[in-house]
Amino acid sequence: MVFVSAQNGSDVAEIVSLADAVKRSIHDGDALAMEGFTHLIPFAAGHEVIRQRRRDLTLIRMTPDLIYDQLIGAGCARKLIFSWGGNPGVGSLHRFRDAVEHAWPSALEIEEHSHAGMANRYVAGASGLPFAVLRGYNGTDLYRLETLGAGHDAPTIRPITCPFTGETLTAVAAIRPDVAVIHAQRADRSGNVQFWGIAGVQKEAVLSSERSVITVEEIVDHLDPRPGAVVLPSWAVSYVAHVPGGAHPSYALDYSVRDNEYYVAWDAVSRDRAAFSRWLDEHVYATGGQEGKGGLGGWVPPDAGGSGGVAPPGVNPGRR
Amino acid sequence: MTSQAAMNRAGPGELAYTADEMMTVAAARALRDGMTCFVGIGLPSVAANLARATHAPGLVLIYESGTIGAKPTQLPLSIGDGILAETADAVVSVPEIFNYWLQPGRIDVGFLGAAQIDKFGNINTTVIGGDYRGPRVRLPGAGGAPEIAASCREVIVVVRQSSRSFVERVDFVTSVGYGSGPGDRERLGLTGAGPKKIITDLGILEPDPVTLEFALTGVYPGVSAAAAKERTGWDLAVAGEPGIIAGPSPAELDALRSFQALGSRQRSH
Repeated sequence: MVFVSAQNGSDVAEIVSLADAVKRSIHDGDALAMEGFTHLIPFAAGHEVIRQRRRDLTLIRMTPDLIYDQLIGAGCARKLIFSWGGNPGVGSLHRFRDAVEHAWPSALEIEEHSHAGMANRYVAGASGLPFAVLRGYNGTDLYRLETLGAGHDAPTIRPITCPFTGETLTAVAAIRPDVAVIHAQRADRSGNVQFWGIAGVQKEAVLSSERSVITVEEIVDHLDPRPGAVVLPSWAVSYVAHVPGGAHPSYALDYSVRDNEYYVAWDAVSRDRAAFSRWLDEHVYATGGQEGKGGLGGWVPPDAGGSGGVAPPGVNPGRR
Repeated sequence: MTSQAAMNRAGPGELAYTADEMMTVAAARALRDGMTCFVGIGLPSVAANLARATHAPGLVLIYESGTIGAKPTQLPLSIGDGILAETADAVVSVPEIFNYWLQPGRIDVGFLGAAQIDKFGNINTTVIGGDYRGPRVRLPGAGGAPEIAASCREVIVVVRQSSRSFVERVDFVTSVGYGSGPGDRERLGLTGAGPKKIITDLGILEPDPVTLEFALTGVYPGVSAAAAKERTGWDLAVAGEPGIIAGPSPAELDALRSFQALGSRQRSH
């Protein structure tokens, strides 16, 4: 693919280290969207945010998944905007639940939607519109909470009348994050980014945000066209960082497979505050940002393999 | 899948199976070949994949990750496992799957799980007990379910039955069934027909045509209507003489077990 070079160099993506990308783009109090729908979740970037001890973030993500369970447990979040907060196929996100049910490590304000609502909120943000329209929420208590004002501090769901048919539909407020972070398969040396497979809402998240950070498996000389791939041109991206394995235990199609055993094993670690805190110390703070190069630390969860020190199959970061 | 029920005692010439296996088989049978099916996570995904592996090879599986026509050869743990994208007819973005495919009513059946369900088939997957800001149990939340429940042509719910989860009125309406009774779906502008079956580990419940309240219409071999009433938190009506649903065939059990042996350590919630 050939891209037209931007005239002004400051307008194109800079290729920097992950630590620099996080330092420059994510600040305390920011609204941060780290997207990736099961696939391409930017875990390494999440760990860097924890290491840099960002605080009071508004975390935005359709499925908080393990990545936000970790950020919430590490005390980075003030608020969570989401639509499905479980460990897929396994059960609860225990750090998320502990924050909501017991305010540990601190209280967590929540703003919740359905997937369709969240997806449309990103579309509105990416489109430069204040809201999106859908058929949805009617009859649900998500809607009732909004009308009672008991759910959220600012309204995000409202009825709207179609100016053409008179039909009553639902409006949802746009999401406009300060910064979006996603993981992708490839970028070229100019910072043009390409990803494929399950594309989720990553394009919408980047285009609705003020700034963006994209971690990639590989930096190549030329991006070959791929069927169905999404391309984000360099001038639409702020920072690109080379972080192979940066989606683990999520995956990057054609580079790695989803580490389902890790997701299962996370249940036991996240269930217990002390076990979680140990995990943070050993596998996030102590790595000094070197994870993602050689993997995420070969961490062995307690009870996962029966004997300490032997990694259960699949808890093998960075495998291809 | 972890089974919470004891193994069905097998007589001579009969197959031994668990209540969860029976439920999954019954749910799979509810799907017809050639249907398009929006598949929820957990038990519904197991049953939908079993249907594809047995009587409904042309069943079109659609997951909210945007994978349309996924043909996994092993059970996915999540709705976004690589096997779904690799085997799909099309992979579309999340806004597209909801806006272009689900919302206009293109999908025949929505296949959902539930944490709590009431006599009108309303589903709660948000909070249990306490109030919204201080719940006793915080559940995962809505996901794709509210719009699946609203817009699929019909809905089938797969859930284990207990007096705690089958309640008179759900603590929180995450996804609407028949609301508070006849006329509610029309009044709310919900375009799909709503839940047609609740398939449990004891039998099958279907809505009364007039009141839309779910009643017991079928039980599995060895399950009594009294046992089903016992494990229901409302005064469960029993439709005349509930039919006895045939136990799993050897082919169904084989397909289910080989799927699960191959698949991830799937746990259903």
